[in-house]
Amino acid sequence: MPAAPILPSVGRAENGEVPLPERLILSAADVQRALARIAHEIVERNRGVETLVLLGIRSRGAPLAQRLRAKLLDLEGVEVPLGELDITLYRDDLADRRLAGQIGPSLVPVSLSGRRVILVDDVVFTGRSVRAALDAIMDYGRPSSVQLAVLIDRGHRELPIRPDYVGKNVPTARDEDVRVRLAETDGADEVVISRSNDAIGGAT
Amino acid sequence: MIEKNLDILIRGGRVIDPARDVDSFADVWISGGRVHDVTPVRPAPDGRRGLVVLEADGLVVAPGLVDLHAHLRDPGQEEKETIATGTRAAVRGGFTSVCSMANTSPPVDNRAVVEYIQRTARVRGVARVFPLATVTVGMAGRHLVEMSDLAEAGAIAFSDDGRPVADGGIMRRALEYTRIVDRPIMCHEEDLTLSAAGVMNEGAVATRLGLKGWPGVAEEAMIARDLLLCEQTGGRMHLAHVTTARGVALIRWARDRGIRFTAETTPHHLTLTDEWVAGWRPQGQALPYDTATKVNPPLRSETDRLALVDAIRDGTLDLIGTDHAPHAETDKECEYDAAAFGISGFETALASLLGLVHSGEIDLSLLIQRMTIEPARAFGLESGTLAVGAVADVCVFDPEVRWTVDPLRFASKGKNTPLAGQTLRGRVVATLVDGVIAYLGEERATILSGEGAKT
Amino acid sequence: MNRKDILDLDDFAADEIEQVIATAEAMREVLSRPIRRVPPLRGKTVVNLFYEASTRTRISFELAAKNLSADVVNVSASGSSVEKGESLIDTIKTVQALGADIVVIRHSMSGAPYLVAQHLRGSVINAGDGWHAHPTQALLDLFTVRQRFGRLHGLNAVIVGDILHSRVARSNIWGLTKMGVRVTLCGPPTLLPDLGSNGHRAGLPPVEISYDLDQAVRKADIIMALRIQKERQEGGLLPSLREYVKLYQVNEERLTRARPDALIMHPGPMNEGIEISPEAARGVRSVIEEQVTNGVAVRMALLYLLAAERSYVRVAS
Repeated sequence: MPAAPILPSVGRAENGEVPLPERLILSAADVQRALARIAHEIVERNRGVETLVLLGIRSRGAPLAQRLRAKLLDLEGVEVPLGELDITLYRDDLADRRLAGQIGPSLVPVSLSGRRVILVDDVVFTGRSVRAALDAIMDYGRPSSVQLAVLIDRGHRELPIRPDYVGKNVPTARDEDVRVRLAETDGADEVVISRSNDAIGGAT
Repeated sequence: MIEKNLDILIRGGRVIDPARDVDSFADVWISGGRVHDVTPVRPAPDGRRGLVVLEADGLVVAPGLVDLHAHLRDPGQEEKETIATGTRAAVRGGFTSVCSMANTSPPVDNRAVVEYIQRTARVRGVARVFPLATVTVGMAGRHLVEMSDLAEAGAIAFSDDGRPVADGGIMRRALEYTRIVDRPIMCHEEDLTLSAAGVMNEGAVATRLGLKGWPGVAEEAMIARDLLLCEQTGGRMHLAHVTTARGVALIRWARDRGIRFTAETTPHHLTLTDEWVAGWRPQGQALPYDTATKVNPPLRSETDRLALVDAIRDGTLDLIGTDHAPHAETDKECEYDAAAFGISGFETALASLLGLVHSGEIDLSLLIQRMTIEPARAFGLESGTLAVGAVADVCVFDPEVRWTVDPLRFASKGKNTPLAGQTLRGRVVATLVDGVIAYLGEERATILSGEGAKT
Repeated sequence: MNRKDILDLDDFAADEIEQVIATAEAMREVLSRPIRRVPPLRGKTVVNLFYEASTRTRISFELAAKNLSADVVNVSASGSSVEKGESLIDTIKTVQALGADIVVIRHSMSGAPYLVAQHLRGSVINAGDGWHAHPTQALLDLFTVRQRFGRLHGLNAVIVGDILHSRVARSNIWGLTKMGVRVTLCGPPTLLPDLGSNGHRAGLPPVEISYDLDQAVRKADIIMALRIQKERQEGGLLPSLREYVKLYQVNEERLTRARPDALIMHPGPMNEGIEISPEAARGVRSVIEEQVTNGVAVRMALLYLLAAERSYVRVAS
C-alpha cells in the first residue's frame, strides 16, 4: 500500500479542546475499500451469512456495522440482523464512564443464543471496550461464537483480545490519539492520528 | 483584672443617652461605681494616679443594655447555661441588667428559688440579674403563686413564659393582683389549640418545606384576650415577643383606647424571616432545616418583620428583649420537628440590630432607647441612663467594625444561632457594670491605658 | 450529574431531569433483558434506612441497587438500635463506619435527609421525608408521562387529594413545573396548603388551585390521585370519607368528562374505593403499573448517576 500522505493539517476541535496537528491515515476512499474487504472476509470465513448478527459498539461502531450490513446485503442478498451496544455500564474505569457521555438503551433485536455475533468497533486499543462488550453480550444470551471486526488496530493491548477482521494496522505511540470520523457522525470519512491532548485519552 | 472602684474615664466617645435626649461627643467620668461627671472632650490627663482610661474615639458610649427577657436556665438546666456563663454572655453583648425567666427546674414559683438566683448572681454573675417568678405554681396553669411573697423576695415580674397562661380566668386574677403587688405579668401569647405542634411560621415556606405551621392567629387571638383583660382589670401587663403585623395592629388599637401596658419584640424577629428556615441567607443560600432557626414564636414573614420595625420606630412596641434561649448541642442536632425551640441571642443582639441602623430603617438613638431606658422603665429598674449620679452601667461599642459570628467562641453555652458564619457590622467593645469593667473585647485591648490597667 | 445527594427536586435544572430520563431509558432496556444485571455499582454498598415502613419503595430501591450489582443492606427502624432511642446522627455515623457508599433514607420528619447528608461522606437519596419531598417518585412520574406522550412541555396536570400532607404532591409540583407542565391542585380547602402569594421568594412555584374536580379534569392530560388516609377524618380535616368520594374520587363517571387519552396516575399504595375507583385504577387510561416498573428503572438511573460521579475512599477498619 502506498505511504499515507503526510498532511500537517490542523485537526478540528472536538469537545472544546485546542486542535492539535493531525496526520491523515485513511482517506474516505480508503475507509470504503477497507469495509468492502472486511465484508468479503466475513462471508468467506463464515461460509455465507447464515446465523450472523452484527452488533456495533456505540458510538462509531454502530454506523460501521450498518455499512457492513449494507455490503453483506450486496454480496449475499440477505439482510443480516443489526444491533447496537451501549457498553457504558460495563466499563471498568470510573473515568471512562464519566467521559462516555449520555448513556442510552442498547438495541439487540434478536436473541443471541446460538448465533454468530460479529462485534464491530472503529478502533481497538487496550481491548477493554471489547471486553466490556463481551460482558454485555453474555447478558443477552449464549452466542455460538463472537468475532471482532475493527477499522483500525493501533496496538497496545492490555487484555488477550484479538480482532478477526482489521481494516488497517497502525502502529502508534501510547501518547498518540487515533480518531475515526464518519459521515454519519462527523460529516466526512477519515482516520487521523495526533498527539494526545490529555493523559486519560480514552482507552479503547 | 481591673480593681473595683478605680476611677475610669471613657474618653472621646459619642455619648448617646436617650433618657436625657443626649447625643454628643463627651468624656464620661466614673467613680465609686457611679457616673461622676460627663464633660466635653478633653485630652487624657497626665499622671493622674489610679485612673483607667478607655479610649472611645470612634466608638459609641451608651447606657448598659437592659434585657427583660432571658433564659439563664439556672437552676436545673446547667447543661444549657448557668448564671455565670449567661451573664458572661450578656456583658459580651453589652447587657448590664438581665431579667431571668422563671421556667427553670424547679420553676421559680417559691421564695427559695428566687433567693438562690440572687445569691448565685451576686457570687458568680458579672451582670445584674433580676429574677422573674412564674404566674402559676409549677407553671401548670392552675393555681396562682404567692405573688406578694415572691415580689417581696425580689421577683421583678411574673411570667409562665415558655408556656401561655391558657386559662383566661387565671390571667384575669393575676392581673387583678398586680394592682397591689405592683409587678407586671409578662405574657407569652400562644393559643395551644391553634399552634398545635407547629414548628415554624405557617405560610408558603412551611408548605414548601413540609413542616407544620404555627399560625400568627395563635398569638394574635391571645394578645386580644389579654389586652381586653388588661383594660378590664387595670392591671400591669407586659406582652412578651410580639411577632406579627396583626398583633401590632391590635396593640395600636389598644393604645388608642387608652389601655396601659408595655410590649416587646426580639432582635431576631426584627431582622430575620421564615425564609431563613428554607436556607435563604443574605450572603448566599445555605441548607434548609437549620434547627438554629427554630424558635417560639417562630420567625415570621417579611411583611410581619416590616410591621415590627415600624412599631419599634413609632413606639407601638416599647422595647426590645432578647429572649436569649441557649440549648445544649444534643437538643438541636436532630430533625427539625424534634429540635428544641430557641436562639442564643445575647452576643449578637446589638450587632444584628445595628444592621437596621445601617440600612436606615431606624435611628441609632432610638434603638438604644428601646434597649436601655424603655426596658428599665417598664420593670422599674434603676438603670438605662448615664445621668450624673446614675449607676455606672455602660455599654461601649464600635458601630462599624465587621466581624463574623463564630458560636464556638460564645461565652454562652448555647451555640444555637442562625447567624453562625454571617458577617455583622458593629460590635461591643467594653461593658461596665457598677463601675467595673465586666467585659473588654480582645480586639481593642489597646483602648485601655493609664495606671491600674493591667492587660 | 454534579451532586452528592438527591434530597429534593427544587434545585434540579431541566437538563438534569432530562439526563435522568435518558439514563432511565437505558435502564429500562436492561430490565427487558434475560439477565437484568449490570456491573457498574459492583463493590459499592447501598444501605436502605427506612424509619417508616414501606414495602414497595424499599423493594424498588433494593432491586435497583442489586440490578447494578451493588451490595444492599436493609435497616428498618423497628427492632434495631433506633427503637432503643439511638439518634439519627449516631445511626448515620454507624452506617458510615460500616462502609455505606449510598444511603437511601425514608423518614417521618421533614428535613431528616438534610441532616443525614451533612453527616455522611457518601451519597444520600431521599426516599420520602415527612410531608416534604419524594424526589424519586416525581422523577418516575415524569418518566412515565414522557414515555407515554413523548413530551412534557405544554401538558396539563391535575393533582387531586390530600395535598397538604403529601410529599409526592410537592415533588411533582417542582418536577412538572420545571419541565413546562401546567399544574392544578385540587381538593377540599382543609387539605390544600397555604401557598402564600405569587413571587414569594422561598415558597413553591406557581400553580392553580381548584376545589372542583369535575371542572379540573376537562383539560387535564395527567390526573394524579393521592392517597387519602382515613385518619384525616379525625381532627376535622375531612367531614367524612363518603363526602370526599362524592366530590373528589377519580372514577369512570368523572373521567367521561376528561380527555380520552388522559393518563391516570397514583403513587401507591392505593385505597381503592376512596381516592380512586377500582375500575379507574385498572382502566385503559391507567399507567399505575407502569409507574412501578419505571420506578426501578429511574432508581437504577439515579444510583448509577450518583455513583458514576464520585469515587469513594473506603476507610478500611
